[in-house]
Amino acid sequence: MNPVVKVEGRAIPFGRKNVDTDVIIPAHYLKTISRSGLGRGAFEVVRREPGNVFDDPRYVGAPVLIAGDNFGCGSSREHAAWALGDMGVQAVIAPSYSDIFSGNAVKNGIVPVVLPQDAVDRLMVVAAEGLPVTVDLESCTVTTPYQDRYSFTIDPFRRDCLMHGLDEIGLTMAQGDAISAYEAKVGAERGWV
Amino acid sequence: MTEPKTLYAKIWDAHVVDTREDGTALIYIDRHLVHEVTSPQAFEGLRVAGRTVRRPDLTLAVPDHNLPTTRRVDAQGARLPIADLESAAQLEALARNAPAAGIRYIDAVAAEQGIVHVVGPEQGFTLPGTTVVCGDSHTASHGALGALAFGIGTSEVEHVLATQTLLLQRSQSMEVRVDGVLGAGVTPKDVILHIIGRIGAAGGTGHVIEYTGNVFREMSIEGRLTVANMSIEAGARAGLVAPDETTFAYLKGRPMAPVGEQWDAAVAWWRTLATDPGAAYDKVVVIDAGEIAPSLTWGTSPEDVVPITGVVPDPMSFADPSKQAAAQKSLDYMGLVPGTRMQDVGVDMVFIGSCTNSRIEDLRAAADVVRGRHVAAGVSQALVVPGSGLVKRQAEAEGLDRVFVEAGFEWREPGCSMCLAMNPDKVPPGMRCASTSNRNFVGRQGPGARTHLLSPAMAAAAAVTGRLTDVRELFREGDLVGATA
Ligand code: SF4
Repeated sequence: MNPVVKVEGRAIPFGRKNVDTDVIIPAHYLKTISRSGLGRGAFEVVRREPGNVFDDPRYVGAPVLIAGDNFGCGSSREHAAWALGDMGVQAVIAPSYSDIFSGNAVKNGIVPVVLPQDAVDRLMVVAAEGLPVTVDLESCTVTTPYQDRYSFTIDPFRRDCLMHGLDEIGLTMAQGDAISAYEAKVGAERGWV
Repeated sequence: MTEPKTLYAKIWDAHVVDTREDGTALIYIDRHLVHEVTSPQAFEGLRVAGRTVRRPDLTLAVPDHNLPTTRRVDAQGARLPIADLESAAQLEALARNAPAAGIRYIDAVAAEQGIVHVVGPEQGFTLPGTTVVCGDSHTASHGALGALAFGIGTSEVEHVLATQTLLLQRSQSMEVRVDGVLGAGVTPKDVILHIIGRIGAAGGTGHVIEYTGNVFREMSIEGRLTVANMSIEAGARAGLVAPDETTFAYLKGRPMAPVGEQWDAAVAWWRTLATDPGAAYDKVVVIDAGEIAPSLTWGTSPEDVVPITGVVPDPMSFADPSKQAAAQKSLDYMGLVPGTRMQDVGVDMVFIGSCTNSRIEDLRAAADVVRGRHVAAGVSQALVVPGSGLVKRQAEAEGLDRVFVEAGFEWREPGCSMCLAMNPDKVPPGMRCASTSNRNFVGRQGPGARTHLLSPAMAAAAAVTGRLTDVRELFREGDLVGATA
């Protein structure tokens, strides 16, 4: 995974609440055995709406997506994160996410930024003007050319993984001895497991 | 005296391998279920990195999402080809990857095949006090047996395959207590729909729910599975019911459950897991069973719940302006007009199945309503899809298949079927489906499909009347769900 420290560029003013993973990527795109190419199916249902933000030339390829509460609810499909990444999205800004989605986002180098609704509303306005938004993981801030500055918090381990492009599996495998010790202990106490 | 602990805390604490300074814990995973859709990229990732599966013996693979539910073998017993080439490729990848890694693999034509969340409990693979994961959000189902079970993404599937652990943050705990007596015709599905309607689709976000109260204590394992299954629709990471005598009786003798001394040791530990008196939850919701009616959804979020006696709501009746806009959008999509009585809404299709409601009790409840009646003329397709081959066999032994077929239902092979539009069973655009599944999202059952989530008995009632129906009006003497539970 490539490290990500700063994401800067235009932002898609989407803003909808309770956007589920079936909306982000419908099930008929899940029949793939690869991780790439899913951008073509992203937000398929929304893109049938005339004047939708995803087909607006001002936002095509924009690296930031602004969304509403409970973004990414529904299924555990990591295809949702792959589809966003394939569209060029590197950061999402929303008041909240489903637990599974935010985890999947981080594992794919997409920063899930949590900001309160009023900040999100303000960023929607800036994004709609076609102005850039900057997400900085170093300072944990979102800034705009209007001098808006919002601080956000993110789990330190997730921040570390994002900023250094860490391979979580490699990290855990380095703890192989601790895992073996746990297995030996539980094998003795709860052999039925 | 030691601090009183919740069921969730006890299971969590028993699985911590290591805790990092930042609070992230390395949690051991006891059971890993694998299906064809979310695993190919994980196996591929392992191959590319030159890694192997650490504990194939704790892993079980079964295909379900993509499989057509029509016949799988011909009269000679030869396997029939799968027309959709992408589906076929995904299914072949699982059939290849799992055995190659030494993972037990239940093949598409095996009697034990079924929806992964029906198979796990049925085989005794899922056990109380264990951690259970699967690349599927409805893994929450297994919490019905007192297992800490949750869905994971494909990178996490790969992480579990390689290390048998996950890096996790502890969730908050939430108690949902339902006490009292359920009314006639009120089933576990109505209970969970009512809960989601009450707390909202994000009401459980960041939490693990524990279902407590006499309603869940008195509920069968099948019913608890229906409830825990939809924890994710309330936004929760997982849902739990404390293991009790009902749980032990359900598991005893299942093919993968422990036996002999191991069984006794396991039960002894399981008995210690229930939440201690005085343990505190981060959030508590209390519901009176008497206020729960047979319920269903009207919109495109699982929180859009009304009693069957209710009407399509007016979007302006919601306090939150963004909910007003969302409700209007939902109604446009669903083709519904505010103020319409739910019972006046006609249905085009009926689906009885999915990991929410495809177990034997569900089929019995639906058959009870259907027996001696016929699918209404306006209903173009009515499907019954058992959750597993074993459920199917049991239902056939009880003659339920004949009840359905004589009434005009199609009796299918086990799989996810019409729950999600990934296999040939789909709801065509603009068609309205009464469905026992768990998601009414836009396009979930097919592009443009309109879904109403409800119980198996209510789905059966809709099938025979051709409209959304209060099942209580169809009750006859001796009906199962008619009896006050
Ligand atoms: S039945 Fe539906 S919800 Fe359950 S595992 Fe299959 S697709 Fe997912």
